[in-house]
Amino acid sequence: MSTAIHPPVPDRLSPRPPSVQPRRARKAIARRTHPMWFLIPAFAVLLVFFFLPTLFNFIYAFTDWSGFKAAINPVGFDNFAELASNGTLFRALRITIVYATLVAIFQNVFGFVLAVLLERDNWLNRLARIFFLIPVLMSALAVGYIFQALLKPTGGLNAMIGTLAGHPFDYAWLGDTTWTIVVVALIHAWKWMGLSMLIYLAGLKTIPEDVLEAARIDGASRWRTFWAIRSPLLAPAVTFNVATALLGSMNGFDVVQATTGGGPARTTEILNIFIYRTFGQGLFAQATTMSLVLFLLVALMAFPVIYTLRKREEIL
Amino acid sequence: MTRPVGLSDRPIWRRLQPIVTIVLAAAVIGVPLWLVVVTAGKSQGEALNPNLSLPSHWHLLDNLHQVWTDADVPAAFFGSLLIVVPTVAGVLTFGSMAAWVLARRATRLNAILYALGISGIILPPAVVTVVLLLRQLGLAGTAIGMIGVYMGIYISTVIFFVTGFVRTIPTALEEAAQIDGATPFTVFRRVVLPLLRPVLATATILICLYVWNDVFYAFFVIGGRLDTLPLNLFRVASAGLYLNNWHLIFAYVILMSLPLVVLFAVAQRKIISGITGGAVK
Repeated sequence: MSTAIHPPVPDRLSPRPPSVQPRRARKAIARRTHPMWFLIPAFAVLLVFFFLPTLFNFIYAFTDWSGFKAAINPVGFDNFAELASNGTLFRALRITIVYATLVAIFQNVFGFVLAVLLERDNWLNRLARIFFLIPVLMSALAVGYIFQALLKPTGGLNAMIGTLAGHPFDYAWLGDTTWTIVVVALIHAWKWMGLSMLIYLAGLKTIPEDVLEAARIDGASRWRTFWAIRSPLLAPAVTFNVATALLGSMNGFDVVQATTGGGPARTTEILNIFIYRTFGQGLFAQATTMSLVLFLLVALMAFPVIYTLRKREEIL
Repeated sequence: MTRPVGLSDRPIWRRLQPIVTIVLAAAVIGVPLWLVVVTAGKSQGEALNPNLSLPSHWHLLDNLHQVWTDADVPAAFFGSLLIVVPTVAGVLTFGSMAAWVLARRATRLNAILYALGISGIILPPAVVTVVLLLRQLGLAGTAIGMIGVYMGIYISTVIFFVTGFVRTIPTALEEAAQIDGATPFTVFRRVVLPLLRPVLATATILICLYVWNDVFYAFFVIGGRLDTLPLNLFRVASAGLYLNNWHLIFAYVILMSLPLVVLFAVAQRKIISGITGGAVK
């Protein structure tokens, strides 16, 4: 990275066409006023602590690295073959995708409904917004424990349902091999819906008043204005919210660990729970293989997302 | 009326909306928080089966005190601070330095570097191999190793937010300083950094939130060798000694959440406008 000074060539001496000249000059000035060495600390940190471990993922997923012996030997695709043959790989992948999709849907629906409900600026709505932001501030582990206590068969929720229904109710919310994943996704969405709400609220406020005025003059009803004009203009907020909810929950861990720990019968074992469990057992190569699978899964889905985020930035 | 065509302006809805808001907030947020407070106030026997009833006698202060001393909260608290403070300071400094140059010099190389720089917002970190790398560097289980890992994960967030923000501020101020002969470093420190205050406030809050509450990366990097609040909570909740001691778990939850809730209460308005401005603009 060069910090050398290249003074801009005066115009009258330049043989180049004038249209090229200013750009070159600007670049030369930028080299002096915004030197590239400003990038070095940030990219050094990224290289050592982010890119290098990721590169290692691509190497150690193909070895027999474990906590039981010192030597590490290459084994080709054995780890993948083993995880695929006993069904773990595809089950963990399926559970992770189902979980992330459910979280993205719930979190955005709740966040959107809250934003519309609390749109007007008055003291009650401002207070309610702060209330809905409390879960965002709390540790996901703590949120998990709260719901574990609330959803026990003898817990608070069943007691409330029992009182309302008039007879005892003892459904095991976190012990159902089919529906528990939905319950855990709801808890994850509960924790983060306040953030989605904030971003939708900001999106609603960026809509220019004159556009809405024009719609009203044209005789559009409130519902029609809402669906035909306001919701399409919310597109940037939707992009951001869906992308962060979907990709963020693929990398989820705490909520699941604190509520079910991957159970019952491993039906909520998302990739990171598997990685944590196998790492704890000293099966480092298997954990690395799943970590690589998670990386590839998110990277594959992230390309369109990053593209959209960057496009949006160019427009605004 | 400022918003003549909002959905929320139907006459009936205007009267119903406050009721719906109160009922929803009470049911969805109030009930779980109520459970935390009443359970943290109960004796061990009463809390064995956590429910929504009030404790017969309040033991909240006793329970907080017991957690504070038995679970060694002060050590975990300082462990958390020891990691959060350098991480935040580091990512803000390095991230905004890089973001400034990336925003001001629109070359093809910088476009690629920017894409790489923000990739960490979305791509999951390689948690298993980072342990191996730290072992090779001699940083395994140390605070420095943990800080490095967090910085590697969250510097992307800073680069993303700050680059977007720098693009919206005019270059005239920087140019004035440059003409006066200021070096790039002086321009950055004296002119640019003060202008970045709002976006840096947002980034600080978000990163504090993530790092203060993180338990997953801490398990891998420092698990067992250095204590942070979430790691300690996990130990308290999983240890046989504390099994089903819900009154202690929830007393811990209150202790652990308080710093962030206080921070949020103090700077609530700024935080909200900062987070929303960064995401949608």
